[in-house]
Amino acid sequence: MRRVAEWTATGIFAFAVYLLLATFTGSLGLWAPDELIAGAVLAAVTALATGAFLWAQGGWRLLQPQRWILFLLYLIGPFLWAMAKANLDVAWRVITGRIRPGIVRFNPNLHTDFGRTLLANSITLTPGTLTVDIDDDSGDFYVHWINVTDESPTPERVCGSFPKWARRIAE
Amino acid sequence: MNALIYAFLAIGAVFNGLGAVALLRFPDVYTRVHGATKCTTFGSIFSLLGVAVYGFAQGGGIGGTMAVRAFLALVFLLLTNPTGSHALARAAHRAGIKPFRAVVDRLEERR
Repeated sequence: MRRVAEWTATGIFAFAVYLLLATFTGSLGLWAPDELIAGAVLAAVTALATGAFLWAQGGWRLLQPQRWILFLLYLIGPFLWAMAKANLDVAWRVITGRIRPGIVRFNPNLHTDFGRTLLANSITLTPGTLTVDIDDDSGDFYVHWINVTDESPTPERVCGSFPKWARRIAE
Repeated sequence: MNALIYAFLAIGAVFNGLGAVALLRFPDVYTRVHGATKCTTFGSIFSLLGVAVYGFAQGGGIGGTMAVRAFLALVFLLLTNPTGSHALARAAHRAGIKPFRAVVDRLEERR
């Protein structure tokens, strides 16, 4: 029963993404009939192949709509701002060549795979910081930092408010 | 509308160019991953936004398809780029490549 629910949820999600990709293609509303068939087949394959992994470890919580709203707010607010700032900073370092690289360790205290993935991807997308490894047991993040200002930093020092947002959205 | 598209394309081109410069100037694999993937992500985001705005301005079925697909490409870029650069850096470290002139390497200390 649980398996079926996992497959169904994954399938619906994959089908929705395919519909978005194929908007404005044809006669049946916004979509052509063959696109709908192709989408359904692909969604079924995706669901059977990945459904069992996607919802392990409390993934159902990600279906709560307030988490999606928070995620969008985070994406267009603090994240985009931090990314723009960091991009200008790294652009300046590219030109001047002034770097002080190193791999630092910190523990943002996140416990689910989704939370850790969200934080690791946010860190990597922000220029100047790059997640090299995560210790699965202790939750330690190892981050390559292009301008080390503190050899044993707090999470806030490296990535600002990201851990707080990752906890709100995914845990 | 045209001015907006040109502005997006110009910002995209500048950051993509900086990414290429970073690839030449930075000393080792990790710093190059910083430059080559991050600057180009920011550049590609703006280029794709330019395409999306262009499609939106064209309107109709073709323009709509263009806008929606450019936007989806943006989403997938934001999902796959950090995963890819993380995999590169992790593989490099596992293969024993030391960060150049690193002031600290906590990952090495763990082993």
